[in-house]
Amino acid sequence: MNTKNIKFLSGNEALAQGAWEAGVKFAASYPGTPATEILESFTQYKEIDAQWSVNEKVAFEVALGASFAGVRSIYSSKHVGLNVAMDPLMTSMYSGINAGFVVVTADEPGMHSSQNEQDSRLIAKFAKAPLLEPCSPSETKKFIKTAFEISEQFDTPVIFRMTTRVSHTKENVELEERTEKEQKKFEINPPKYVMVPANAYKKHIALEEKLIKLQEYSENSALNVAELKDNELGIVCDGVTYLYVKEKYPNASVLKLGMVYPFPDKKIKEFASKVKKVAVVEESEPFIEEHLLQMGIKCFGKHYTYRVGELKPENIKDVIEGNPKTDYPGPSRKPVLCPGCPHRAVFVALRKSKVTVSGDIGCYTLGSLPPLAALHSTICMGASVTIFESFSRYIGHEKTVGVLGDSTFVHSGITGLINAAYNKGKGVLLILDNGTTGMTGAQPNPATGVTAKGEKTKKLDLAAICKVCGADHVEVVDLSSESIDIKLKELLPKDQLSVLIVRYSLCKLIDRTKLPAPKFDAGKCKKCYMCVSVDCPAIFKNESGDIQLNMELCAGCDVCVAMCKFGALTSAKKDTNRL
Amino acid sequence: METINILFCGTGGQGILTASEIVGRAAMFDGYHAKKSEVHGMAQRGGSVESHLRLGKEVFSPIIEKAQADFLVSFHKGEHDRMADMLKKDGVDLLNEFLQADKDISDKKYINTYMLGVLSRYLDLTEESWLKAMTEVFKGKNTEKNFEIFRAARANKH
Repeated sequence: MNTKNIKFLSGNEALAQGAWEAGVKFAASYPGTPATEILESFTQYKEIDAQWSVNEKVAFEVALGASFAGVRSIYSSKHVGLNVAMDPLMTSMYSGINAGFVVVTADEPGMHSSQNEQDSRLIAKFAKAPLLEPCSPSETKKFIKTAFEISEQFDTPVIFRMTTRVSHTKENVELEERTEKEQKKFEINPPKYVMVPANAYKKHIALEEKLIKLQEYSENSALNVAELKDNELGIVCDGVTYLYVKEKYPNASVLKLGMVYPFPDKKIKEFASKVKKVAVVEESEPFIEEHLLQMGIKCFGKHYTYRVGELKPENIKDVIEGNPKTDYPGPSRKPVLCPGCPHRAVFVALRKSKVTVSGDIGCYTLGSLPPLAALHSTICMGASVTIFESFSRYIGHEKTVGVLGDSTFVHSGITGLINAAYNKGKGVLLILDNGTTGMTGAQPNPATGVTAKGEKTKKLDLAAICKVCGADHVEVVDLSSESIDIKLKELLPKDQLSVLIVRYSLCKLIDRTKLPAPKFDAGKCKKCYMCVSVDCPAIFKNESGDIQLNMELCAGCDVCVAMCKFGALTSAKKDTNRL
Repeated sequence: METINILFCGTGGQGILTASEIVGRAAMFDGYHAKKSEVHGMAQRGGSVESHLRLGKEVFSPIIEKAQADFLVSFHKGEHDRMADMLKKDGVDLLNEFLQADKDISDKKYINTYMLGVLSRYLDLTEESWLKAMTEVFKGKNTEKNFEIFRAARANKH
């Protein structure tokens, strides 16, 4: 074994390590797959002040502010998170930075846990930002340091694009020492930092000139590497696709773009002139292909069907030959709410109420799948509240509810609630308050009262904020599906804007304690399967059609017991207070 | 060593990612390049879980190509059947070993350790590295019991 300090790190961990080595002092993010572990890793370094921000716009601005104030700073989020931060991104390209500032976006071709698969390379072009893209964890660590150098050399935010297969791949990564960076002074400089029209006009001119300089850098940068081998086929690629190309076409000439934007046109032209056939292998949009075509380089790109989903090594031949995609994902096991998850009882009650439910982004999105099927729209963070406002106006406030979690409410539900109150909206909004950010693995948020570093802090009072937003009626209830049923019946007909905060004991990801599993009397079971309709992995219909409980999974929430009309399932608890 | 492709599959909560992590680290301790790839998030709410692990001198792709897995380590019959076309023609399928372990081992949390012991019979990795990787990943939890189960499964020649 050698003396180097080598660790088995994911791309996200390697990114945090590299940024730490580059002297980063501040990191901000909002949780989202596949980016969550970047900020979680930052919390492990004592030299870095790492925060979960309220949402991505806030995270971006706080991080940009740290750069203005003179410390190396980093923002990270999933691809759709960057949409929320687009406003500050676009104008920070004009102002530039003070100390190094890197904007990490983790894209998700294949949308394993996302609502879309947008390609952030297009955002770099739109924003006029340099974009770096590594292919592996070890390269991530190397590139992130270069990203900070580019940021400071060119006075610009740098977009750093990860994808699921880079973020969530682990490999041997060599650790190095941290280089401390002195805090830079913030110089009062309105033409740079005050983006009013007169200043911004000049900064736009400067930005266009900066892009030309960045292109020169890109031409000469070791980030873009031409590997000349066989001259029959030359492949241009970026990110993880480079590794698939190396695997499948070991003899081909390859131009690997590590700095994808601005494009190194001369390097591309030179590479294309040395091979007989040029092909582009890239995931998602035909970003590189279109640029090559625009340059007048005849190249072979993928069939449009390959813009959907992630590429795999076995697809590369098809991509180069322009064949259509055939390997659409087959049926896999559907994800379900955890056993004992408090959301289950809410969705059982909503199903029973037969209301139209506008939902949001979080674990409760799983309530949309049958047999629960009690969530009827999901678009983006916070949209449950705003779509609910219109649902209640046009479908009827007695027939619709909005549902979202505590973290999502704080992220972007509050503005929607103010809007509903201001515009005389009516109906019932449900905030499912489990005190954490569940879907991404239980990160704290302002309503938790704990920081990213695990320190106690001010706790946001959800009921109080709903009240001051203008809700006519705010009520906090604890959980059991009957009480939610009764509450809904009582509140839905009322001509008012109500917020029902359903307060849970903790999310099962945090609270692993189990209550006794219910007792099952097979003799009394009429096989109506109502118990199974709560969609819990701990109770199921076996091959012979009998009800079976998985005692190891069961958390003893008794939601299934409440469904049984024949007394076959009975609570094993003496105390009737469940959860 | 030629690149070895190991595909782990099953459902959320079975310790699949943990098992894959241990093999990856053990290979790294023995001087190999290891790459492990998986997806997080929605996929782990009781849904399908798969972890691709590739070991060798220099590994490129983080994911295993269809029909190129040398080993299929499944923790679930249904998931095994779904992933069966990932296995090479002459690849090693450890489903029977899992089914046996599922019958024999009452404390299900040790099944992944048992499967690691079975897998270790086929891989040229030192016992020292296996144990070091397990100690790190299990963070010292039930270390002796895990070692015992691992060693028993490793010694059980077919």
